[in-house]
Parts: sequence; C-alpha cells; structure tokens
Amino acid sequence: MSATNAAVAEPYDYDVIKKFAVMAVVWAVVGMFVGVYIASQLAWPVLNFDSPYITFGRFRPVHTGAVIFGFGGSALFATSYYVVQRTCQTRLFAPGLATFTFWGWQAVIVLAALSYVMGYSQGKEYAEMEWPIDLLILFVWVAYMAVFIGTLMRRKQAHIYVANWFYLSFILATAILHTFNNIAIPVGLFTLKSYSIFSGAQDAMVQWWYGHNAVGFFLTAAFLGMMYYFVPKHAGRPVYSYRLSIVHFWALSFMYMWVGTHHLHWTALPDWASTLGATFSIMLLLPSWGGMINGIMTLSGAWDKLRTDPIMRFMIVALSFYGMSTFEGPLMSLKDVNALSHYTDWTVGHVHSGALGWVAMISFGSLYHMIPRLWKTEMYSVRLINTHFWLATIGVLLYITAMWISGISQGLMWRAFDDFGNLQYSFVESVAAMHPFYVMRAIGGMFFLAGMCLMAYNVYRTIRQGVLAAQATAAPAAAAA
Amino acid sequence: MLKNFKHEKVETNAGVLLVLTMLAISAGGLVEIAPLFFIKDTMENVPGVRPYTPLEQRGRDIYIREGCYTCHSQMIRPFRDEQLRYGHYSLAAESKYDHPFQWGSKRTGPDLARVGGKYSNEWHVQHMIQPKSVVPESVMPNYPWLMSPLDYADIGDRMRALRVTGVPYSANQEEYQRNVEKFGADVAKTLHIPDARNILVAQAQEGNFDGDRASVTEMDALVAYLQVLGTMVDFSKIKPEDLVKYR
Repeated sequence: MSATNAAVAEPYDYDVIKKFAVMAVVWAVVGMFVGVYIASQLAWPVLNFDSPYITFGRFRPVHTGAVIFGFGGSALFATSYYVVQRTCQTRLFAPGLATFTFWGWQAVIVLAALSYVMGYSQGKEYAEMEWPIDLLILFVWVAYMAVFIGTLMRRKQAHIYVANWFYLSFILATAILHTFNNIAIPVGLFTLKSYSIFSGAQDAMVQWWYGHNAVGFFLTAAFLGMMYYFVPKHAGRPVYSYRLSIVHFWALSFMYMWVGTHHLHWTALPDWASTLGATFSIMLLLPSWGGMINGIMTLSGAWDKLRTDPIMRFMIVALSFYGMSTFEGPLMSLKDVNALSHYTDWTVGHVHSGALGWVAMISFGSLYHMIPRLWKTEMYSVRLINTHFWLATIGVLLYITAMWISGISQGLMWRAFDDFGNLQYSFVESVAAMHPFYVMRAIGGMFFLAGMCLMAYNVYRTIRQGVLAAQATAAPAAAAA
Repeated sequence: MLKNFKHEKVETNAGVLLVLTMLAISAGGLVEIAPLFFIKDTMENVPGVRPYTPLEQRGRDIYIREGCYTCHSQMIRPFRDEQLRYGHYSLAAESKYDHPFQWGSKRTGPDLARVGGKYSNEWHVQHMIQPKSVVPESVMPNYPWLMSPLDYADIGDRMRALRVTGVPYSANQEEYQRNVEKFGADVAKTLHIPDARNILVAQAQEGNFDGDRASVTEMDALVAYLQVLGTMVDFSKIKPEDLVKYR
C-alpha cells in the first residue's frame, strides 16, 4: 500500500538514476585506484610483479575505461536522466529500456576490464574494447538515445532547456564516433580478436577523430550539459547569458569534430589535415571560454556562496579548470609547441587537468547536489565535502605540476645538442630524470583518490540515512493501513 | 527569411534540433577523413613495403596484446634530433598494412618505428625477460611469460581476417601469382594463407629469434616483428626530394 503511494507521489523516475549515481561513485574509486597504481608502476616498476595481468600496458586501459566510461559514463547517464525529466517536467520514456542501459553499461565496463587483463585489446586508445563489447555498447547507446529523445518528445514544456542540447549532441556524436572508429573484422565468431578495417594513416585519422571527440563530446559537451543545469540550480540564479549559451552550443558542436588531427602533427598524416585541426583548435578557444564565462558569471550576485558552500566551490573550480585546459589545448595544438610537447608527459598532464579538474570536479559538485535530493535527505557531512574539495584540489595541482615539469624536461632533453652537434642525452637518461616527478604525480593521485574515498563514505552514510528515514515514515503509514 | 529566424524555433522542436545538431557534428569528420581515401598524395609510392609474414604478424598481435603502444610510439617526426636518434622520418607507406596503426601517442620508452636491426636477437630476448639487466635505468616491466609456446593454430583465420581488410595475403593460386608479380616470389611465398603454419614455423626455426630452435615461442614472434620494423624501405635508393610532395 505504502509502496504504491510513494510511486504516485513521485513525479519522476529516480530508480535508474539512483543506480547510476551509486555506480559512478564506485567506478570513480576503482578507476582512480588503478590510476594511482599504474602511476606508481612508472615510479617503481617492481609493482608490475612479473604478472601479465597487471602490467602497465594491460592495466592502463583498465584505468582509462573505468574512469571515462565507468565513472564519467555513469555520472552522465544519472545526471542526464535527472535533468531531462526535471527540465521537461515529465517521466522517462520507456523506463524498462532505461534499466537496460544501466545493466548493459555496467556489463560493458566489467567485460572491458576483464578482457584487457586477459590480453584482448583493439590497440586503439580509449577504444580498446573488442568487437562483442563494441556491439553491446551500440545496443546500450541506441536504447539510451531512444529513452532520451523519447523523453524530450513528451516534454510538458515548450522549450528544450540548454542542458539537454548538450546531452543530445553528446549522445549523437558518441554514436557516430563509436560506430566508425570500431569497424573491424573479427578473426572468428568465437574469439574476441579482430583487426581494424582501416590501416596506417587512415586508421590514425579515424582514431584521433574519435579520440579527441571522446574528450570533446563524452568528456566536455556532456559535462557542459551537467554544468548548465546544476550550476544555476545550485546557485539559485539563472544562466548568465542565454545568447552566449546558444553561441557556445553551436560553435562547440561544429568545431570540436575538426580538431582531432592536432594529435598527428608532424606525422605521416598529410599536412593539410593536421593544419586544419590546429586551426579549428585555436578557434575553439572562443566558444570554450564563452561557456566558461557563462558558467562562472551565473554566480554573480551569489559569490558569497563560495565561502560557505563546498559544492559551489567544486563547480566553480571545475569551470576554472575547464577554462585553463581549453586554453592549454589550443596552445599545444600549435605545431611549434606540439613539436616539443607531443609524446611527452605534458599531454598526460593536460588530459588530467581536464579530466580531474574539470570533468571529475563538476561531477562531484553535481552528485553532491543530486544524491540528497534523490534520497530526500541532506548530505551526511558538509565538512567531509569540504575536506574532499581540498584533497582533490591539492591532488590535481600536484599532478599537473609534476607533468608540466617532466613533460617539458623530456621535450627539451630529447632535442638537446652538445657543442659538437651530437645528441646531448641518451633516451634512458631522460627516463631516469623523470623519476622524482613520477613519484610526485603518484602522490598527487593518492590525494585525489583519498578525497574520492571520503566522498564514497559520505555518500554511503547519506543514502543510509535517507533509506532509514523513508522506512521510518513508511512504517506508521503501513500500520495505519 | 533569415531575418525572421529565431533560435526559439530550434529549441521548441526536438526534430529540428536533432537534425541541425547532426549536421553540425558531421561536417568536420567528412571533410577530414573522406579525402584521405581518394587523394593520391596521402601515401608515398615507395618500393619494399610488404605485408608482415605470419610470424611477424603474430608478433604484432602480441605487441598489441601487451599494450606496448601505451609507452612506445612508432612514428618518427622530421626533426634533426629524431633523425639522429631514430633514423629517417616515418612514411605513411610504411604503415599501410598496419591494422590497426600503432603510431602511439606517448614515449615513456623510445620510438620503435626503426628498431629493426638495431639490436641483436639475444639482446631483445634478454631485454624482454628483464629490461633492467641490459638498461639499468629502465622502467619497463619484465615479460618472462613471452618464453611460452606460441599458439599459431588460428594463424590462417587471422590472415583471412586481414585479407578482408585489404592486406594482400593470398588465398588461392590467382592471388598468389599477383603477389609474385607485386612482391617477388620469395615474399609472395610468405603471404600464402594455405601454407601459413609451415611458413611460420620455418621462419621461427631459421631466424632462431629466441635462441632455441626446437620450439616456437611468443618471443620468436615478437622479436621477429621488432626486427622487421622500419627495415622494409631502402632509403639509399630514394631521393629525399621525391618524398617532399607527400608531406
């Protein structure tokens, strides 16, 4: 009796959102732990333990898969289902299909991780999943598309809110990118092994068109959708500029797809293609900063919240890192800078200032905002959120500083000549020189992971408290019935 | 018409929003990817590049299995320091049979595009089993399990899959003849799928890559692959100016 009452009183489908929110936290802990582990392997190679299953080469895609698709993906499913229902003022279209996206997506992450440690990989970065897993992703994604677009279609609001434009663009782009980059010929029906249909320069082009847009759409456009809902909602202010959000959306959607070739400067890819990529990378600075300004200025009139509210702080620091990374990116896409930065740790640092600083922090802010509302309670401890914020911030700063130093050092050491015109350093001298910075990077990661563990504990206590409170109110109702 | 356009029309119609978004995100990929399959200057026309032998291809599979590309690139850029350290800059033609490409994005270890012939087989075996024993400062993991026997039962299936992607492995006499004309008889023999297992074993025994002729190990395959990297094109026979137009 009480169960049906609750279902009637609840205007939105929260069940699948709750599941995804919990798994976002779980995958964040797992993925970041593996990240810290592989970072430590580079500092202390003995940690490879002569075991094929956990060597750096097989473990690294486990890390990228768990954080990008496990943590990032689950956070996006959760928030997009939350945002699309609330802004369209309607329930999810086909909730059964939404539940399928949950179980399907979790299966993808687990199967991918298992296949990597067993030695099955397509050998393309961030697309290492072999063909059966790719097919499962495709099914899940089509279901996701149906649920999201179906929900948009039955909206009770005339306008589609800006956050949904970004989510829609991310869903469409990911479908295209995933499909084309993973076209492969399997060796047999009963083996995971396959070969990419493309080869050499064409394969490189397709891969980095995919690879950079995994960043551009999966890790940026979608998280901007998150930003456009949760920042104004949490600040209690409207989005700073409606016009800016229109420009931001169309310019970003159009331009991002061109920039992948900046990963292939000075390679055997034809020069025209990488030049085109660099040109669009530089232009992309404008919409990116437009979006950052739009987000940060949303807080105007409510700046005092930064002093008291660590959730707001997460969001604003995330936007600051978004601005910094989208400045650093165009800089690194300049051919002369890229000649130094490519192949070095600078790239790794750049990715993490985006992934930890922007993607993870905006997700933390959004999850801290959303989770108590899903379970109709308050966060268990605001102090723990505050501690998490500082651990995360110190962690990112240590990480990217270490990678700037090591990356630029590598680049300079590799190209250094002595007075006689010979190479000044052997390669392995550059490896040895990186040791202190690899240690520093691992410590930065440990800070970030420690903060994440606090979040997991805080979320666990919050959910428990919400569930207990719900039971307490349900019990008298049941007794009365 | 444009004068009366209001963005409101887009944001109140899910179908219009969807179509316009699709158009916006499709342009970049179409313009940058499609021409690469048609423009002739994408790939240099140089002699010497051939598909991998069955043993080398199995070595390449192991290279991918172990995720070597997460630390090693195979793409030398046209800079003086890279020329001195690694050799001639990489050509697009040199990876035209690479499914997938393994250019890489990170050099935690050195570039391997021209590692072939630089070190002895013995050095490679020792280095794989325990890198620190030959390079004390190395952070590369040990790969002792590569001394286990190579499973080459499905080498034919692997080559047939690659043949579908466009690699000219021959499945019949007609295709074999075509390979003889294109690569010469010695190479064509190694690309013939019906003989793949015998060719693989013969190369492992003749090459003696792992120091043991009796068994075919994963080490045989991997070292055979490493030793052929970057050696197919004879740069003494190519004029640098002939390559310029492809850059």
